[in-house]
Amino acid sequence: MKGDSHLLLRRFSLSRAKEQAIQFSLFLCALLSVVTTLGIIIVLVNEAVVAVGPNAAFFQEVSLKEFFTDTRWTPQFADKHFGVLPLLAGTFLIAGIAALIALPIGLASAIYLCEYAAPRTRDFVKPSLEILAGVPTVVYGYFALVFVTPYLLKPIFQDLLGFDVGVFNAASAGIVVGVMILPMVSSLSEDALRAVPRGLREAGYALGSTKFDVSVKIVLPAAASGIMASFLLAISRAVGETMAVSIAAGMTPALTMNPFRSVQTMTSYIVNVSLGDTPAGSVQYQSLYAIALTLFCITLAMNILSQVVLSRYREVYE
Amino acid sequence: MMSRLKVMPDNPPRRPQAEALKPPPETTAAPAKIETRDLSFFYGENQVLFDVSMTIRERAVTALIGPSGCGKSTFLRTINRMNDIIEGTRLTGHVSLEGIDIYAKQVDVVALRNRVGMVFQKSNPFPKSIFENVAYGPKIAGERKKKVLAEIVQRSLKRAALWEEVKDRLNDSALALSGGQQQRLCIARALATDPDVLLMDEPASALDPASTAKIEDLIFELKENYTIVIVTHNMQQASRISDQTAFFYEGRLIEMEPTTALFTKPREQRTEDYITGRFG
Amino acid sequence: MNKPKSVFESRLAARHRQGRLFGAVCMASTWFGIGVLVVLLAGVTWQAAGWLNWSFLTNFDSRHPEQAGILAGLWGSLWLILFTTLFSVPVGVGAALYLEEYESNGWLQRLIQVNLSNLAGVPSIVYGILGLTVFVRMFGVFGSQPKVVALSLGFTDLEIPLPFGRTVIAAALTLTLLILPVVIVAAQEALRAVPSSIRTASYALGATKWQTIRHQVLPAAAPGILTGVILAVSRAIGETAPLVMIGALTYVAFTPGDISSPTDIITNPAGLAEAPFDTFTALPIQIFNWVSRPKTEYQHVAAAGILVLLTVLLVLNGVAIALRHRYQKRIRW
Repeated sequence: MKGDSHLLLRRFSLSRAKEQAIQFSLFLCALLSVVTTLGIIIVLVNEAVVAVGPNAAFFQEVSLKEFFTDTRWTPQFADKHFGVLPLLAGTFLIAGIAALIALPIGLASAIYLCEYAAPRTRDFVKPSLEILAGVPTVVYGYFALVFVTPYLLKPIFQDLLGFDVGVFNAASAGIVVGVMILPMVSSLSEDALRAVPRGLREAGYALGSTKFDVSVKIVLPAAASGIMASFLLAISRAVGETMAVSIAAGMTPALTMNPFRSVQTMTSYIVNVSLGDTPAGSVQYQSLYAIALTLFCITLAMNILSQVVLSRYREVYE
Repeated sequence: MMSRLKVMPDNPPRRPQAEALKPPPETTAAPAKIETRDLSFFYGENQVLFDVSMTIRERAVTALIGPSGCGKSTFLRTINRMNDIIEGTRLTGHVSLEGIDIYAKQVDVVALRNRVGMVFQKSNPFPKSIFENVAYGPKIAGERKKKVLAEIVQRSLKRAALWEEVKDRLNDSALALSGGQQQRLCIARALATDPDVLLMDEPASALDPASTAKIEDLIFELKENYTIVIVTHNMQQASRISDQTAFFYEGRLIEMEPTTALFTKPREQRTEDYITGRFG
Repeated sequence: MNKPKSVFESRLAARHRQGRLFGAVCMASTWFGIGVLVVLLAGVTWQAAGWLNWSFLTNFDSRHPEQAGILAGLWGSLWLILFTTLFSVPVGVGAALYLEEYESNGWLQRLIQVNLSNLAGVPSIVYGILGLTVFVRMFGVFGSQPKVVALSLGFTDLEIPLPFGRTVIAAALTLTLLILPVVIVAAQEALRAVPSSIRTASYALGATKWQTIRHQVLPAAAPGILTGVILAVSRAIGETAPLVMIGALTYVAFTPGDISSPTDIITNPAGLAEAPFDTFTALPIQIFNWVSRPKTEYQHVAAAGILVLLTVLLVLNGVAIALRHRYQKRIRW
């Protein structure tokens, strides 16, 4: 074998063809994620904006103006109105309540885990929070309906403060969604805090700062954009959350800011239609795609925004 | 200079003194194995080799010396096209193995690396058993027979002077071996594909003196059958084991001579400065 | 000189109090989440007490709360775990390999990477709509009557309906798309953790790219990949919204392929070929259904179902953690 220099030369071989075939199939796997995105966009746009099939698309029957300005959402009634505002209001009311709970508590726990906690505490707390994040959303819905409303909201807000708390209400849904996104805020914010160089902290301590001063006045501002990004991602999760909201908040589209009333979100409307027997192709059915498109755009915008914020913050420290 | 040479032969323990002292067998005797012509190499915009032309003789040890960053490792890696893996690199000029341009389109880089083995600075055994490490090369080349593989493993380990130490635990993890043993395992692994050229990139730089001595003895024995190119930081090592020495500086080949000649009467001032320790 | 110092000292005590208060608030926030977790688990267990028993595990759903069981959902979820894993592992690992080993710095890689992080943020119900349109109805190109393609398997025929309809396979494909970004990112991390010296060593021995990947990189990354996959699948199993969308049935008195115990796999092998193309329900769907029923007894049934679901998740996560632990010990670079 030695000395046969022609052995170096390429031959047409099965193994070479095999290498090429493998690389190509791996490329197809990677491409699938792009295809998925395109698939989502095509499906939503096809049914909502420009129809290719026999049925008219949603926005060919309902004007954009009506969709975004009408204050009633009554697709099931004889007098049909397709104003998305009540659904948007319901969605953001619940996301707002969730944010009110998750953002401060999540950030405080991130500060605790990063600046205060002993390694042993962290080793216990972090996996526990991961479990909390892993609990299926249908369980949170059950928890809101069976525990939060009767044992937390009714005694405090109805019996004590005199509000009228419905069986289905935005507050209970908002609270459990807040708990659900809490681990996300906590762990992403902690990553942001951890990315702050130690030199900054040491500079603070050397100037005679207390731990509070360093955490709040030095580390927190330095990590601000990372924390902002985590907030945006968490709120986007809350906006897209479906099951807990469908179970706990009810199915009443209402343009209200009263957290103790039943509201309908964009996601729970979609569930509602899919559970019913709305015939495919009708305007009511197409409205599902219009709502999904709106939801997709909102969450996508928030995700992209958080990435923009995050890439800015990377520029500072790397 | 002379005083240094006198000390050297004492270091390698099992080597006949005459062999080390006498100038390498007249280099014209050995035919050329590897030749480079006007070889330049770039990392992106950054040129790291400038017009290197060198002839490497068959069944001899060629040492590449020079200060860090002089391009000697890059040069070594052009011989088995390991630089191909790094993105954004570019090469001009020619490298030939037995007269065949190894950068020609028709050359199969996999076949090339089968014939040009390599040992790295830091030993890098696979996280598998000792047997699997050595058998890997033949296996991927298509050898399936257990018996043949076992023979190859035994032969390679013997050649790498590791057989006696590991023959009873071939199925143990390679990561359990000591640093020196791991490096000899990597040599055995390289030998198992039956190459005719062996490239070594500072193979002993991470090892203790005893392990280094073992590797040096091994190189000395291997040159009977293999063409060896070794990059080393250690000039004494170069003078102990090599027949030819090439001195690189700032990406250029400054001079290449039979080892004794280079260490006794270098032609270039920079070479003298380097080997006498004035820089580097 | 004296005055500022005294001001500093009198402030110091206040500043320390402030610091301690802040630390306490932060600590309380951290334990809040864990407190909720404990209350949630305790509450569900309390509600399920007396309802979670053997007959609950072996009965189908029923109009009578006492007789309602979760057998159909349990088998449905098991089939989903099986097929989602089967689909997502090769594709996810393949994509990760392409991104890490073949195309590690091109514009395509950057595009796909950005796309992956955006996909991970898409609400799961949107995936449900995608699955409904693409897999369940197949854009309606097959008309209203499903066509059946039959393939012979030797012992039985594999009858594939087109479009898939509300079947196990449609749901598994939808869940696969849902968890694919997570699987890919986890596999990428595992691949990145494999030291490059392994690859270099393999190439230097004359291995081709695929041989290097197949014999060195993949085995070394396997535990990490597997852990990521199990965690992703356990997320998929808890997902309800996409399954609701693609129309997993809520009231079902059969199991996919009529396989309702491990022995059925031997006595009824044809069922194995039927199962993927059977309609089905799943654990979270049954829970959702029970929660939505007005009769308060179903609260307890739902709680029992939740405990079963959480147990399945716990088992999956336990396996993942054990794997990680075991292989971390074995390989040290």
